[in-house]
Amino acid sequence: MSAPQKPNTKDDVVIRIRGLVNAFGDRIIHDHIDLDVMRGEVLGVVGGSGAGKSVLLRSIVGLNHPRSGSIKVFGQETAGIDAEDMRGLQLRWGVLFQDGALFSSQTVAENIQVPLRRWTDMSQGLMDEIAAVKLALVGLPKEAGTLLPSELSGGMRKRAGLARALALDPELLFLDEPTSGLDPIAAAMFDQLVNDLKASLGLTVFMVTHDLDSLRDAADRVAVLVNRKIKTGTIAELVHDPDPWIQEYFSGVRGRAALSSA
Amino acid sequence: MRNVAPTIRVDTPATLRTERRGNAVRIVAAGDWLTSEAGRLDKETRNIPTTGAGEAEIDGSGITNLDSAGMWLLLRMKYALEAKRVPVKSFVIPEHFTSLLSAVERDGPVEPVVITPPPHGLTHFLERTGRGAFGALHQGYAMVGFLGRVTVETLEALLEPGKELPLPGLVHQIEETGLTALPIVGLLAFLIGVVITYQGADQLGKIAAGAEIYTIDLLGVSILRELGVLITAIIVAGRSGSAFTAQIGTMRVNEEIDAMQTLGLNTTELLVVTRVLGLVIALPFLVLFADVVGIIGGMMMCYLDLHITIPVFIREFRHSVSLNTFLVGMIKAPVFAFIIGLVGCFEGLRVERNAASVGLLTTRSVVESIFLVIVFDAGFSILFSKLGI
Repeated sequence: MSAPQKPNTKDDVVIRIRGLVNAFGDRIIHDHIDLDVMRGEVLGVVGGSGAGKSVLLRSIVGLNHPRSGSIKVFGQETAGIDAEDMRGLQLRWGVLFQDGALFSSQTVAENIQVPLRRWTDMSQGLMDEIAAVKLALVGLPKEAGTLLPSELSGGMRKRAGLARALALDPELLFLDEPTSGLDPIAAAMFDQLVNDLKASLGLTVFMVTHDLDSLRDAADRVAVLVNRKIKTGTIAELVHDPDPWIQEYFSGVRGRAALSSA
Repeated sequence: MRNVAPTIRVDTPATLRTERRGNAVRIVAAGDWLTSEAGRLDKETRNIPTTGAGEAEIDGSGITNLDSAGMWLLLRMKYALEAKRVPVKSFVIPEHFTSLLSAVERDGPVEPVVITPPPHGLTHFLERTGRGAFGALHQGYAMVGFLGRVTVETLEALLEPGKELPLPGLVHQIEETGLTALPIVGLLAFLIGVVITYQGADQLGKIAAGAEIYTIDLLGVSILRELGVLITAIIVAGRSGSAFTAQIGTMRVNEEIDAMQTLGLNTTELLVVTRVLGLVIALPFLVLFADVVGIIGGMMMCYLDLHITIPVFIREFRHSVSLNTFLVGMIKAPVFAFIIGLVGCFEGLRVERNAASVGLLTTRSVVESIFLVIVFDAGFSILFSKLGI
């Protein structure tokens, strides 16, 4: 089966969501939400535990099937999409799962090479070189390539997962709570990494996070999932939103400390 | 109730004393009011005598050490008194415990956490049975869908083997499910051959003297037609079926399968088809091996127990079985392999993200695959007898 062709659309809106409804049984998670993610921006997605941040991410990448609504990525509707077209989309995005989701029986380098092996016709030698490039890109030492995921620290696992997500040089990057479990220094370094990569690779980033510091340091805009709805804007705009959860989030003790050092 | 002696010693045992001062009840608490003392204090702090009292005082100034359990008991007394309309006029504890007080006091008395036992009774039994039946039907429905998907993907992989089906992966599966199973299958088949011969000879000897020679017929037919395949399939179900479920289940827990999907990999091909196809290739060879070893086991028993020499054995054996006998057994092998692989992978993909789930579904997959193997075996028996094979 030949590699699906990447359609050539240079839309300003990379992800367009309209009227999305997600529910599990009787429990409604998302009640007709709309969202636009613009090319080249880092969108931070926040919300209380259980507000559906990860569900939203998984709906966009096709791991969840929403009740109703439209999700268009790169101008292409993902609901009812056929497998071939989905592959085309998957080549253009990369996903970093919480804790990396690395294939536990393979080394870091082999993990990075999995999409390369499947979707390109690179020789083994070239794949080894590209893997080294990706490791350097995410700030991992070359020796990390020969380690198994179980031999890595949490921070290294996330970077390794990021390296794999970037293996095919995607245009769109999904991050699921990238700084959770990292010490403050590692978390700050990761935010810096996201910024650097956004600038150097021209990435659009959809970042689900709890971390106010990440929002301040890395996010251009923020989308807040609250009461099964979504509110989007810059931090400066959202700080004035009267919703009690949003107020608490941005104006509580941690919020003010994080934002005031901006 | 016998009180178990506490293993934690406190410096100053907790004490509780009640006095009456005119209209007021005065409760004096002193010592180390800690968790290790709470068991004993539980009874003492209940039912403070309040007859004829208009108000109460709780004096904890003599408390030397206090933790949240001790604080709770003090507060509980206060709430109980207030519930009995005896206002608590003063509540004294040493000053450095005030923050503990506000932590435990919060918004007022907390409801104890009561876990209601699951209801029992006839209606609930019927309800559970009904749910179980629907659950099983639902599962069967899902499995049929999975069967369809795997069949299509397997055929696709066979007809156009491209990048999708990894040959190294397939070979690895054949090695894991087939090659490494040879010793155990061989050993058990050998023993089955021994047992059949021994028991068979025993019974046949009762019919007529010299009837023992027909043990060889019994051995040949039962091993080749039925037992060779069945025993091997059951061993493989326990060995490989559970391995499939555990491997795939653990990958689900680690989100590895999600990661594979987002990378555009076909998880059904990579995970399921390689395993199922590997097993379909490996099992017939295992069955062949089991047949041979089982018969050798029987042959050895015939020699040792019945003193039937090998040439005599072989002659009788060739009389009693034909190529047909062998093929009838062999034809079942790929079918059983498909069932075991399918069920193992199916349950693996249904594992939820907790440890109990992996164990539960692994058990279930072994039981289900053995069950289905035996059901299909019975089906084959009926089919062959109708066809006169």
